[in-house]
Amino acid sequence: MNTANLLGFDEVLERFDPALGLEVHVELHTATKMFCGCPTTFGGEPNSQVCPVCLGLPGAMPAVNVKAVESAIRIGLALNCQIAEWCRFARKNYFYPDMPKNFQTSQYDEPICFDGYMDVDVDGETFRVEIERAHMEEDTGKSSHIGGATGRIHGADYSLVDYNRAGIPLIEIVTRPITGAGDKAPAVARAYVAQLRDLIVALDVSDARMDQGSIRADVNLSLAPKGQDTLGTRTETKNVNSLRSVERAVRFEMQRHGAILADGGSILQETRHWHEDTGITTSGREKSDAEDYRYFPEPDLVPVAPSREWVEELRGTLPENPTVKRARLQAEWGFSDLEMRDTVGAGALLLVEATIAAGASAQSARKWWLGELARRANDTDTSIDALGVTPADVAAVQQLVDAKTINDKLARKVFEGLYAGEGTPAEIVEKRGLAVVSDEGALSTAVDVAIAANPDIADKIRDGKVAAAGALIGAVMKEMRGQADAGRVRELILEKLS
Amino acid sequence: MNDLIKKSAAELAELLAAGEITSVELTQAHLDRIAEVDGDADSGVHAFLHVDADGALAQARASDARRGAGQPAHRLDGVPIAVKDVLATTGLPTTCGSKILQGWVPPYDATVVAKVKAAGLPILGKTNMDEFAMGSSTEHSGYGPTRNPWDLTRIPGGSGGGSAAAVASYEAPLALGTDTGGSIRQPGAVTGTVGVKPTYGGVSRYGLVALANSLDQVGPVTRTVLDSAVLHELIGGHDRRDSTSIDQPVGAYVQAAEQGAAGDLSGLKVGVISELAGDGWQPGVMSRFDESVQLLVEAGAEVVEVSCPNFVHALAAYYLILPAEASSNLAKFDAMRYGLRVTPEGNPSAEDVMRATRDAGFGDEVKRRIIIGTYALSSGYYDAYYGQAQRVRTLIARDFAAAFEQVDVLVSPTAPTTAFKLGEKLDDPMAMYMNDLATIPANLAGVPGISVPSGLADEDGLPAGFQVLAPVLADDRLYRVGAALEARLVKAWGGPLLDRAPGLDTPGSSLAGHSTTEAAPGSSLAGHSTTEEMA
Ligand SMILES: [Zn+2]
Repeated sequence: MNTANLLGFDEVLERFDPALGLEVHVELHTATKMFCGCPTTFGGEPNSQVCPVCLGLPGAMPAVNVKAVESAIRIGLALNCQIAEWCRFARKNYFYPDMPKNFQTSQYDEPICFDGYMDVDVDGETFRVEIERAHMEEDTGKSSHIGGATGRIHGADYSLVDYNRAGIPLIEIVTRPITGAGDKAPAVARAYVAQLRDLIVALDVSDARMDQGSIRADVNLSLAPKGQDTLGTRTETKNVNSLRSVERAVRFEMQRHGAILADGGSILQETRHWHEDTGITTSGREKSDAEDYRYFPEPDLVPVAPSREWVEELRGTLPENPTVKRARLQAEWGFSDLEMRDTVGAGALLLVEATIAAGASAQSARKWWLGELARRANDTDTSIDALGVTPADVAAVQQLVDAKTINDKLARKVFEGLYAGEGTPAEIVEKRGLAVVSDEGALSTAVDVAIAANPDIADKIRDGKVAAAGALIGAVMKEMRGQADAGRVRELILEKLS
Repeated sequence: MNDLIKKSAAELAELLAAGEITSVELTQAHLDRIAEVDGDADSGVHAFLHVDADGALAQARASDARRGAGQPAHRLDGVPIAVKDVLATTGLPTTCGSKILQGWVPPYDATVVAKVKAAGLPILGKTNMDEFAMGSSTEHSGYGPTRNPWDLTRIPGGSGGGSAAAVASYEAPLALGTDTGGSIRQPGAVTGTVGVKPTYGGVSRYGLVALANSLDQVGPVTRTVLDSAVLHELIGGHDRRDSTSIDQPVGAYVQAAEQGAAGDLSGLKVGVISELAGDGWQPGVMSRFDESVQLLVEAGAEVVEVSCPNFVHALAAYYLILPAEASSNLAKFDAMRYGLRVTPEGNPSAEDVMRATRDAGFGDEVKRRIIIGTYALSSGYYDAYYGQAQRVRTLIARDFAAAFEQVDVLVSPTAPTTAFKLGEKLDDPMAMYMNDLATIPANLAGVPGISVPSGLADEDGLPAGFQVLAPVLADDRLYRVGAALEARLVKAWGGPLLDRAPGLDTPGSSLAGHSTTEAAPGSSLAGHSTTEEMA
């Protein structure tokens, strides 16, 4: 169970064709749970948001949350799906302590949404991802395993279960196998999840926070010998919880499968765990794929039969098509194709949009999200929307820069304060004493000192070699510990040496 | 025995309304009766698993206060009731007759319990039942059997033997039961009481611990048809917490019962189901049935024979659908959140605890059905078993639909035999299952049914039941026909059938009472004709 056997990525592509499949669980942010009136808010005291229904107490019965059905239909429509005229819930039976009833109320062979697609852009190329189904189900509780080394159930002293999450509505969106992506398979997987997340945000049906688990992706991957029109044996990697990890998990599994197959081995059809820290997958879990869930229609619920009028009414509430929207935004913002592609690729499209809406210019919004913030996300292995920095923060920082209260270099220190949760940008500037010195007297003195200390450079400038000013600016900025407006310093130097 | 407790709920309601008795007095009389005859697992009727004397008296005092203030909550305000232990009751243990739920006290009321409480009926306690309602004799209770008040060596029917026996032995004037395949009607038949299975969806199932969700229904258990009608109107109606409940106003059942009791059934077409007779049907039961049919004719009804050819498959379909749903319903009893927890030695995993608890907490019949149901739902077998059973269900519903195009109600004996001896069929599940032959089709199709006492079988002097079935949401017909038959029979008997039951207060009375009734059965019609002649 280590990374030992991986085939080089290029070699994988020389010998095999990858096929991807993605199962994405979206936790809806309806006010109440799927089958009861309990609130769905995140982070409550354990077991404070429960009732007889979601605790599965004897005698309690479910009743469908119409808002959740509405969200499911809107997601389905946005994914170009057919909406079932009549469908039922089914029980998926298996024993697990975080399932109050020891069955999950889900949908089996009658999903509410089916046969859709989403067009995904990767490096200017469009891949059509076919959606097999999107169905409704309830979330399970959450187990914490206490004691033992791994935090896994095995070896734990005891386990605690929080049922606050039990019964929260989920929509599971399942793709058909995605073939033909070749070397772009990891990027397609990432772009699909990123675009799906953007769509969910635009539909306003979920918090869509991968870091909080409100969007969870399972990645299926198989390899087939190059040029053969078959599907190989797949593995299913569970709970890949960031866009970056989706890409990495696909890449890892491609290389792992490649090594096994190149060696003449065969792939075991299994569930695998993704390890965010080490970037690898490991085998197995307690439940096997072969488990018989004994599905049967939920007898306590009547069929869901959305009228065509309602479906059409909901179609009218759909947000702008993402492809159309991207084209519109690119034009509005004046981004080059490359700039737009990078923005989408970084999962920052909605963040940039919101930052601009908060008052920043398009270029400055792009500069921060794709520069400082993307770097931070990468360095800390965090999703870019989970850095603790909001679009409003970024707009506020840019505003401080525009007002010359801070410069770009100081802005980075403001972001450090934001990562550390020290308050609003203005508060951080205040607390950390980051404002540039606007006291002309102090600045003028610092310039005089720098000129006096560097007579040779001063002479060059007097002789018209203006480019030499940089060295003096550096000296002044050093003297002012960075808290000066470099533009004003340059002006002062040139004034004094003209 | 205080004579008060022999009165019907409707009569008691009148006495309360007239201020002639108090609810405290009435409730105390029933609590005394329970103390007198109910006994325990080893002797006595053992209809109750839990008696809530303090709670019932507190509710009775509150009821009397409302009466005193001129603000009774309901016609039945102050009339006590017993509740089958499968219905969730706040603050009262709810075990479903199973060791696995020993000591569990629900934090909520079933909707029907909430309605009964809101109407001011003091709850006397929780009645015994076959474990999770699986059985036809109440012998499968984890807490010992209930005994038939007519003969304490015999079964009171099941699964709701406790509710039926409580009402038959005057421990309660009213009880709530549940009927999945006959669990209200068959105990009614073998204890000489009235039991109604309403239309599926007519009464909320919220808080009924499910046996088989698509078959279960809550209903009244009483001594008279009118009492069932009053109770049915109280507990019926739409409940948004039960998605399968029907959003329709409650029918005028009391009015239908009163109309029926007046005796005229002219214009009514009655179908006798030809498949529910023949081999295996006790002659004495059939005699009482035939006489009852004759009484309906005398009341002006037109009687025809109707064939429901698919009913012969009902039992087989039922014993696939029920275990399938039950196997899933009972999965939640895993020791993780409530109820029994058995922790094996060593360092057990959660799965080990689940396994040990379920092994210790469930009885054999429950385990048998969990295994059958799990198998029936297994991948590769689903279509052959569960799927096929659902198709049979559709065929049975079609049989009903076709029959109800010809007739207004269908009739049959409620159960093929009178009460058998405790232990007699315990080792023969198939013989036990056969008891529900006549009652199961109604559950599979969702139609309502009633069982009314039809007299005592000649062979053993034990009660037999007459079943009336009506189309979905035509429950009022049950009351009309049931009350008409009851009126004529009671007139013929010269009083309620239960008057012939042996007194329970005297030790050994059950057998003595038994022998005295030997002469009675034949006299049921004889008595009837005599009265007619005298009239
Ligand atoms: Zn809840």
